[in-house]
Order: sequence, then structure tokens, then C-alpha cells
Amino acid sequence: MIKNISNLGDAAIYCDFGTEVNETINSEVIKYFNYLSDVTEERKIEGITNLTPSYNKLIISFDLGITNYSNIKKKIENLKIEDSKKQSSKKVKIPVCCDDKYGLDFKRLSEKLSLPKEEILKLYLDKEYFCYMTGFIAGMPFLGDLDQNIRCDRLETPRVKVSKGSVGITEQFANIYTFESPGGWNIIGSTPKKIFKKENINDPVLIKPGDKVIFYEITNEEYLNWNE
Amino acid sequence: MSEVYLEILRPGINTTAQDCGRKHLYHIGITVSGAMDLRNHMLANALVTNKTEEASIEFAYQGPLLKLKNGMINFAITGDVAFNIVRKNSMVEEGKCYQNYILESDDQLDIISTKKSVYGYLSVSGGFKFEKTWNSFSVNTKANVGPNNGKKYSIGEKIFIKSYENLKIKERKINYINPVNNLIRVLKGTNFNYFSNDSQNKFFKDEYLITNLTDRMGMRLKGSILENIKSTNIKSEGLIKGVVQVPADGNPIILLNDHGTIGGYPKIGVVISADLDRVAQLPPGTSIKFKEVTLVEAENLFKNYLSETNKYLNAIN
Repeated sequence: MIKNISNLGDAAIYCDFGTEVNETINSEVIKYFNYLSDVTEERKIEGITNLTPSYNKLIISFDLGITNYSNIKKKIENLKIEDSKKQSSKKVKIPVCCDDKYGLDFKRLSEKLSLPKEEILKLYLDKEYFCYMTGFIAGMPFLGDLDQNIRCDRLETPRVKVSKGSVGITEQFANIYTFESPGGWNIIGSTPKKIFKKENINDPVLIKPGDKVIFYEITNEEYLNWNE
Repeated sequence: MSEVYLEILRPGINTTAQDCGRKHLYHIGITVSGAMDLRNHMLANALVTNKTEEASIEFAYQGPLLKLKNGMINFAITGDVAFNIVRKNSMVEEGKCYQNYILESDDQLDIISTKKSVYGYLSVSGGFKFEKTWNSFSVNTKANVGPNNGKKYSIGEKIFIKSYENLKIKERKINYINPVNNLIRVLKGTNFNYFSNDSQNKFFKDEYLITNLTDRMGMRLKGSILENIKSTNIKSEGLIKGVVQVPADGNPIILLNDHGTIGGYPKIGVVISADLDRVAQLPPGTSIKFKEVTLVEAENLFKNYLSETNKYLNAIN
């Protein structure tokens, strides 16, 4: 449920679902997001230009030339949320090579967590993750939750460039850098799989909020010969 | 017949195709992009009888040097821009913004620079020959989406132009003066209470300097350090253009068209929609001041902005 609605500037509405980060709250956000996507597509509410779901917030941007905050707020408050027609959570398998040339931060992690690389890797691979949100850069998934024993802060000084395909962990989350980007996550490997494909006009992003993700290890040879 | 195109002899600093932006994709990490100064983008199109949704070429600081091949075009430039038309017989005409000109085959258009501003716009009658991606012509260099493979233009590349048969081109011009005002109006952000009383006061009282770390993604400011008394990180959440976020170092950043779609820095304020064009045009080195307004005031100021934009658009048509 939305706990509080306020304005973010004059052209967006800020729906607060709580302060915690967990699957229950996030699933509520995703449910609202999916339903509002349908509503927007069907033009049942005029003027919505963007919907941004995150861990526990949903931001609805609108065209101030068409509508305004109090209009949209009223409509959101009166919504009867139903399951979206196209809502379908899927399971995605992501190959990842964790050789030292890709897993740049194992040394740092081993020291901080007092765990050998093999143990970190085992705990990381032995889990099904939930996609909380997608964004920052195109298609980047924010996945949770990491095993309690391998949670670690960001790098003190973020890297200016993290290469495309890098797989990172920080706090309770795992992610994948879909493009080269600055970033401060602990890098433990790289995937050759394309997560964002602009050629797929109707469905460019492989991992969407609500999806489940499993990582499995591949060798450097498999990585280099990966063919999609 | 050969296609009409502009050849890039000098690309300029940040020359890209833009339009009114890309919608409905924040949730997969695709930001809005689009013209940094929407009104000037729209005016450029109107001056050459295009729809305002047509693509324009946006440039920043130093603009491109372009040579026309295989035909004739009717073009206009908007913004606060110095440019010359170099005719094929080497005659140089000094160009004026906010009026249309004819360029003939082998003539050159030398967009020297923007003056006391950052962005300028070039439109041609009929429009550029671009394909839309997700319903927009805008270049997003982060995801390499949009015309020219989602990249800035480089030397030697060609910008193709749609054929345009209307030979009865009329002279069109307006008197438009770009508003210069360093007072930026904002609404309080969702994390305003993360900052100390003293910092809240300073945010609205002190001057902030626009630093060189400014681009289409955002504008980094320097001034009184904003002291966070609660937490320098929030759980990552959606962002929008105009958000003023404050990282741990206490220096505010105004997010602009190519901002990341989610982020975890507290939001002290949000620039009102009516002031977004104006903010984007302020060059590094400018001192700005923030002024708080209410939501109702912001909404009314946007109505004024729209009606003023329409007034100029109508003056052209």
C-alpha cells in the first residue's frame, strides 16, 4: 500500500511505500507500476509521461501542460489496483566468469569479509535473486538479496570506468553493468550475455522488476566464445 | 538524384540530434534526453515551418562547420549564437538567429559559438532524415540510442536531409531575446529535512557557482556546503530532470536531460518546470541563487512559460 503521496517538483508525484527494502514492499511497488503502465497505455489517466519503480518508491512523471499534481493525486488515490494483464515474472539464467581478470575486487572482499574467494563465490552462486528495479543506466538490474556473509560496502573511491558486462555486489544487492559506466560496486566477474538489446524494440531489457535471476559460472574459454 | 546532406567539416564540442525527448522508459533506465532548451528547439522548427516535434541539431559552446551537398535548404538557428554563412564564392554573410536563410549546394554554415549561453539549435525545412527510436529522435549517448548510432557527431560524417519541394519559401523571423536571469526557482525536495536549519537557510540565501563539471547529465555547483544531519545516502529511487541532489561532499548537483534514472543522494530541491530551459543555458562560471516557491506558484509560472512560448510560435506562423 502507498503510505504517503507527495509532490516531487511540479511535474511528478512521489509515492512512498515505506522505508524498508524487502520483497514484500517491492512487490507492491511493482504491482502498482504494472497496473499504472496498463492505465497509461490505455490513456485512462491523461498526461503521464514516465513511471519509475524502485525498492520502495514509485515516481509518476507527468506533462504539466496537460495535467497537474492534484489531478493525478486524486486519480491515484481512487485507483483500484488490479493485476496487470501483462505481468509475468520470469526466471533468467546469467553466465558469469569470475576469473581474476574479471573479478577485480576479490582481494578486497576476502580481506573485508575474512572469507576466501571460493567461499564468497559459493555463497553468491548458490542463490536465486529477485529483481527489485532496473535503471540508473539502461537495463541495469538491481538484484537481491545477497547472503548475509558476503555483504560489503561500496568502494571508497568509485572507479571512473567499469567495463560493460561487469557483475558487482554491494550491501544486500548484486547488479550487472549493462554499459561502461562510472561505478563503485565490488566487481566479482563479468557476463558475456547481452542484458540490453536496443534492436529488440518491443522488449529491450532482459531482466525486469519482479523477475528471478540465477548466476552460473562459466570458464574464460566459454566467456570468450559466447555466441548470441 | 543524389541525396541532400550536410557534411561535417568540424563537429563542434557536443553536437547531437534532439527533439522534445523520449517518454515512458524511465523504468528500464532510459532517460528523457531531448533538447536542453525546449523553447529554442521549438522556435527553430517553427521558423522553417516544421512541426515542433521534428528533430533539430543541438550544439554547445563551439558549434559545427557544415557544408551543404547536392541541393538547397531553408534553415534557421536559435539561441544566442554567432554564425556565418560562407557562400561558395567565398562571400561571408554574418548570420542572425531567429530568422530563416537559404543555403545552396557547396555553401558552408559556420556555427562559431554560443555567446552568453550554452546551447543552440539548427533546423531545416522538411527535417533531417532520421529514424525514431522509441518514438523519439533524441540522441542518448549513454545507451547509444538515437540518430548517428546514439553518438555525438564527428568529423566527416553526413547529416542527410529529407527532400523538401516547397520553393515558395517566405521570410520568417521574430524578435526573441533569451531571458538571462540567475535566480532559479525551486520547490523543496523530498529530503529537505535531511539538512541542518543553517544549511536550509544557506541554500536559499547564498550564491552557488556553476562549475566546469557540467554537461547534459547535470550541473555541479559550488558554494556553501550543505550539511546533512540525517543520512548522506537514501535507498536508491527514481530521479527526474531538475532534481537538486546533494552527495556526501555537500555540493549540490542539478540533474539535467541525460541524468541517471535512479540514484541514492538526498534531494534538497527540484527546479520548477518553467525555469528548466533557462537553467540549462547558464554557462560554467555563472553564480546562481535559488528561490523557494509554492507548488501553486510553480504551476502558474509554467502556465506563463507555455503561453509565452505559444505567443512566439504564433508570431512566426
